[in-house]
Amino acid sequence: MKLTDEEAAMRAGEFGPLRQWAIEHQISVGSYLGAGDFVPVTQAHLMADTESLGRAGVEWLEGWAKLPQPHRQVRVPTITDPRGTDFAHAQRLKQQPWMVDLERRAIAALEALGVLMTDTCINYQTINPPVRGEHLAYGDTGVVIYSNSVCGARSNFEGGPSALSAGLTGRTPRYGYHLDVHRQATFLVELSWTPRALNEWGALGGIVGRLAGDYSQVPTLLGLERVPGPDEMKHFGAALASFGSVALFHIAGITPEATRLDDIMPAGRDLRTHQIGEADIRALQAQYAKDVGEVDLVVFSAPQLSLLEMQMLAGLLDGRSTTIPLLAVTSPQVKPDCDRLGLTARIESAGGTVLSGMCFYQSYAREMAEANGWRRLASNSAKLVNILGGYGYRPVLLSMEECVAAACAGGRLSAGARG
Amino acid sequence: MTSIFYARSGMGRKVRAQALVASDGFSARYDLDRIRGVFSRPEHKLAGESYRGRVLVLDAAKGGVATAWMLHEMKARGVMPAALVLNRANPIMVQGAALAEFTMISGFDLDITKAIANGAEVEIDPQAERPFIRVV
Repeated sequence: MKLTDEEAAMRAGEFGPLRQWAIEHQISVGSYLGAGDFVPVTQAHLMADTESLGRAGVEWLEGWAKLPQPHRQVRVPTITDPRGTDFAHAQRLKQQPWMVDLERRAIAALEALGVLMTDTCINYQTINPPVRGEHLAYGDTGVVIYSNSVCGARSNFEGGPSALSAGLTGRTPRYGYHLDVHRQATFLVELSWTPRALNEWGALGGIVGRLAGDYSQVPTLLGLERVPGPDEMKHFGAALASFGSVALFHIAGITPEATRLDDIMPAGRDLRTHQIGEADIRALQAQYAKDVGEVDLVVFSAPQLSLLEMQMLAGLLDGRSTTIPLLAVTSPQVKPDCDRLGLTARIESAGGTVLSGMCFYQSYAREMAEANGWRRLASNSAKLVNILGGYGYRPVLLSMEECVAAACAGGRLSAGARG
Repeated sequence: MTSIFYARSGMGRKVRAQALVASDGFSARYDLDRIRGVFSRPEHKLAGESYRGRVLVLDAAKGGVATAWMLHEMKARGVMPAALVLNRANPIMVQGAALAEFTMISGFDLDITKAIANGAEVEIDPQAERPFIRVV
């Protein structure tokens, strides 16, 4: 990779050993992926829950946190993805003291590096929405796909070590979605039906993700009957990224780079086209619901809920009582508004639990399942349902209304919800 | 019959071990029980199989960003594959392999999951001028 004088100086250790490690890591990644040089970034978003870091990762961060202050501070604003716990509810979730301790140690180390502990995967809705053309180093696949596709910003999937490196060096290797050539459509999806509920948007994302199959694919949707709202885009994108490792999609006439379809169509190539209709979306949901008549808990998470989703949930719970656990996970930025506006009180007076700053699957999901006797889980998040199978759960994808109905009926699924 | 297959990219050290092969994806978070060292996602073609010390030969990198930390964590506990061989990597696998100093090669002219038999003894050299996997 071609280096500027400043980058060469970082590599030589003139900016301290942490920045030296960071740029070496980035050169190694960039060389593997064909980057010719670096591109400056304005923000980094770092996934660093302790379930992923493990003790080894936390100790690794703590080692760097001991450096003198000028050698350990990030250069561009660096924010965090959800943590592994909500400290206020760790005991209720039966998380072990060692998990909470590890989380506190990780926070202390990251703060020593100058990282802002925002603990959110919906920063594009709540903190600093990206601008078209802005180069970023974002982690969390849902954050990247929304920022690339809906905002028109430019980021690859940056895992924790790479996002931290970008925060420290202020740049990232220029490959993948930083380059125009990789942002063109690679296949088309013609829709004969427009989803309505968030779980349906997620299911659509799951189907398109399975068709895509890998990171280089850029699906482009045609035929939507209306402009999806931010939460619909959020669930669609998060599922598409989760099922397919996809980082960018276009919607003809809607998303910023595809206002004219011709702008993102590769010259001289016929693209494969897939047809998707209502039956396909119902089939994906039915696949999860097969043989499940009852669930042990209901979880709304992945991505964290927006204020409007929290309002919708509070409305569905008004005047009702849950008889199995119902967890609603939001961000530390949204939670104070939920408190102030009475949404938290409405959800919790019905028996639900509002959690903040964590995400269910990033919070020792396997250990929580074992400690609480949880196995069958209902959610309206296709991303969550896709992930939790590997953690020993039997997840079901339902609408928010169906999830709430199950939570208030001892976990029993309605005939409609059972598919 | 050809028993050496060249990859477009590689990192890490030379490795020799038994291959565990499937035409399926790979994500440390989605697919693995990292404590027991087995594939745990029920839908995965290697569900129930131990990956400890094996060369995983799989189709594409899948899932979220967590693998970038998890390979490092798996290595620290000593419960990890010997190497990863993919038709198609994504940035997260590359970033994770770089942090963990883990052996990975990817990008072939054929479907590598069809070319290597499950259980075959294989050697990988990611530092060769043309990184390769070879059936021993």
